[in-house]
Amino acid sequence: MTIVLTINSERHQIDADPSTPLLYVLRDNLKLNAAKFGCGLGQCGACTVLVDREPVFSCLTPISVLDGRRVRTLEGLGIADKPSPLQAAFIKEQAAQCGYCIPGMIMRAQALLEKNASPTQAEIRDHMQTNLCRCGTQMRILRAIDRAAKDMKTADAGTTTGAAR
Amino acid sequence: MTKPFIPPLSRRALLAGGGAVIVSFALMRHGLAQEAPAGPKLPGDLSKTPMLDAWIGIDAQGKITVFTGKAELGQGVKTAFIQCAAEELAVQPSAINLITADTGRTPDEGYTAGSHSMQDSGTAIRNAAAQVRDIMLSLAAAKLSIDAGTLDARDGKVSAKDGRSLGYGELASGQALHVAAQPTSRLTPPDKLKVIGSNLPRVDIPGKVTGAPMYVQDMRPDGMLHARVLRPANYGARLASLSADAARGMPGVVNIVQDGSFVAVVARGEFEAINALNVLSQNAQWSDGPQLPEQAKIYSTLTALPSQDKTILDKGDPAQPGVKRLKATYLRPYQSHGSIGPSCALAIWQDDMMTVWTHSQGVYPLRNAIAKMLSLPSDKVRCIHAEGSGCYGHNAADDVAGDAALIARAMPGTPIRVQWMREDEHGWEPFGPAMQTQVEASIDGQGKLLAWQYDVWSNTHSMRPGGPGNLLAAQYLAQPFQPDPPMPIPQPEGGGDRNAIPLYAIPNARVVSRFIPQMPIRVSALRGLGAYHNIFTTESFMDEMADAAGADPVAFRLAHLEDERARAVVSRAADAFGWTKDKPAAGWGRGFAFARYKNLAAYCAIALELRADRTTGNIELGRVVAAVDSGQAVNPDGIRNQIEGAIVQSSSWTILEEVTFDRTSITSRDWSSYPILRFPSLPQSVEVHIVNRPNAPFLGTGEAAQGPMSAAIGNAFARATGTRIRQLPLSPQRVRATLAT
Ligand code: FES
Ligand code: FES
Repeated sequence: MTIVLTINSERHQIDADPSTPLLYVLRDNLKLNAAKFGCGLGQCGACTVLVDREPVFSCLTPISVLDGRRVRTLEGLGIADKPSPLQAAFIKEQAAQCGYCIPGMIMRAQALLEKNASPTQAEIRDHMQTNLCRCGTQMRILRAIDRAAKDMKTADAGTTTGAAR
Repeated sequence: MTKPFIPPLSRRALLAGGGAVIVSFALMRHGLAQEAPAGPKLPGDLSKTPMLDAWIGIDAQGKITVFTGKAELGQGVKTAFIQCAAEELAVQPSAINLITADTGRTPDEGYTAGSHSMQDSGTAIRNAAAQVRDIMLSLAAAKLSIDAGTLDARDGKVSAKDGRSLGYGELASGQALHVAAQPTSRLTPPDKLKVIGSNLPRVDIPGKVTGAPMYVQDMRPDGMLHARVLRPANYGARLASLSADAARGMPGVVNIVQDGSFVAVVARGEFEAINALNVLSQNAQWSDGPQLPEQAKIYSTLTALPSQDKTILDKGDPAQPGVKRLKATYLRPYQSHGSIGPSCALAIWQDDMMTVWTHSQGVYPLRNAIAKMLSLPSDKVRCIHAEGSGCYGHNAADDVAGDAALIARAMPGTPIRVQWMREDEHGWEPFGPAMQTQVEASIDGQGKLLAWQYDVWSNTHSMRPGGPGNLLAAQYLAQPFQPDPPMPIPQPEGGGDRNAIPLYAIPNARVVSRFIPQMPIRVSALRGLGAYHNIFTTESFMDEMADAAGADPVAFRLAHLEDERARAVVSRAADAFGWTKDKPAAGWGRGFAFARYKNLAAYCAIALELRADRTTGNIELGRVVAAVDSGQAVNPDGIRNQIEGAIVQSSSWTILEEVTFDRTSITSRDWSSYPILRFPSLPQSVEVHIVNRPNAPFLGTGEAAQGPMSAAIGNAFARATGTRIRQLPLSPQRVRATLAT
């Protein structure tokens, strides 16, 4: 069966069972690497992407519910030569060890910053609690989110690069 | 076709056009025995692989390739190696192309483990680079008929004051680098270092934060199929019956591969493979496995098993009563590596050659194990490291590589990708072993430690391959392989007894390592091995003894530490924390702990504060301050990243983590039954201070904070609540139960 998905502003005809979770379509059909398989259970956040403005676990989201909705993945934010403010902040803070959790972390943080330009420490920690990092990079992840929030404010309002696309 | 994705095996092809290195690595190693110089030991792993061109190649265009047998595990080691090479070759870091662990191309440096990478490989690369640079200088001197001392090597060329210059590419022709390393090198002096000691940004981070294909999980060569392995619920269970027809008929399913009790489903899509696996598992019957011990009695069960006892320290009379003598027992449960991404591998069987991409910590030992499992000569198996999710020791990386090789062998020419399911990763990985320690010590009339008696009971901390039977799948084949007999890791590094010998000056001391061969639960190396629990014990008990002596814990430690570097690290952490200055707020307690990892790697001291909620049992971590001495700091921010990470990970182990099991199987199979630290429970802040030691040998850092963090938490908890918990983890349930009594 064919389903039309809008991913990072591009329309894709997907030939897959409608019950297939988005994660496998992103990885297998579209060859997008950022969203990762971590648990397939909604417990770790490694697979986090944005649907419209909400962070979702792509491992649990069947593509059948995504008709007409806008999916954004880490690839849609920026590239290594032209990173988004959050990606740039993660680079500046060197906020990764193995990095396997990082795409999910950035997408989840992106959702927060789009809604709340000046989150407090407690708000960031609370918002990020769905996402696990085993390397213990969390202190840097917090610093990177904080830095991105500040950078995005000092730059002009259009800096939510990914959101605008 | 699939062929082009396998990197060329020969170094000739890799360095195409260059004359520098013209033999394949396998050939080159062959010729080594005669050429290795006798005499003083060569620096780092040059002692095992002495030829310079095994480490550094320069092609005719001057392109530099550096080879390491160690692997990037997320610890940032690639960047640090590039810094070592760039510094001594006098080139920009971006000019270095680094090839990591690959049995086809790189030196055999064993496992990337035990915080050895900088000591072994970093040292080798730095020295090899310095010697290659000097070879460039002397070759240029000969060509230009000029004194080498007047020449300058920089940015890939050697220049004379008169303006003439020669590129490394021109100079490195022929066999110029095919020479054995010398025992000493002209290393860049500390005051001239530019790259070493700088916070060079990690080379892998831009790709990792933008979704580049960085991991073995992201490889998808043409024609690749996805496989999933059917595993029983219990250790040792055998397949009694299987009806595979239903799974075989499912969409996308290409094959069911079976060999004895090893069964895998192969499908076009990953989700199709997972669906078929579920159906397959509903149609499989397994025999019962052996009964597991009762979890509530695990420590008495383990210590009742036969043990091989070895006295690893014996000094004076440790039974001396002194003026006060205390005794305590400390316990540590089985704990999980818990990688965020389940283990994954890709394999292809093509042209009589098995190639496996793996995030194993040891590509050479894995290669040998897979070769034996498949009855192939070892030169018919090639293992290439590709990054995975962080592993923190021997997790399921090798097992899944074995799975992939078995399936690929059954499907010639097809690249096979296998990733474990979450419940398999949690249920089947080899855990960090449960341990028991008992310590008894006395103080004299001056409040100094007089005697120390220490016993540690533990299983082995390494069941790495090794033999093929250490690969999980090999135990389930129709012709199964048995795991290797477990062996203790000898001192001075130690396994279960790692850091069991206290670094403190104690006139009478005995330490007995009680190695338990029998393993009711599958175990192997988890970051820090026995050091985590031995440091938890020693450093907790140091606080108990300090209290007995009426001394401040930091002052008490300093009074027993003779090593100047140890003292410096302790003082630095205490000062930066403000240990003696201000008092903790009401309800908060402070804790301190120190260790030198393995008594021979990095020094690390940690001070922190916390409070405990008596109703919920939750521990709230406040400020954490660490000091670390890793010798010459190659990348200070990299060290900070490692220490911060270890602090957070050890907090999680110490406060939350315990593998659970019933009489038949492991029951902690996901993140809800095996919770780890989440953002709201992180420390308020983590601060890492580096005591740099310019040009002192590199000291491994990756595992240095694991132990001190656990004891600092235990000590702070004891001060915050007036109650000491000696059994890990200090979980909400245990805290509640302890504080209620
Ligand atoms: S992989 Fe989706 S939440 Fe873990
Ligand atoms: S950086 Fe490795 S899991 Fe987060």
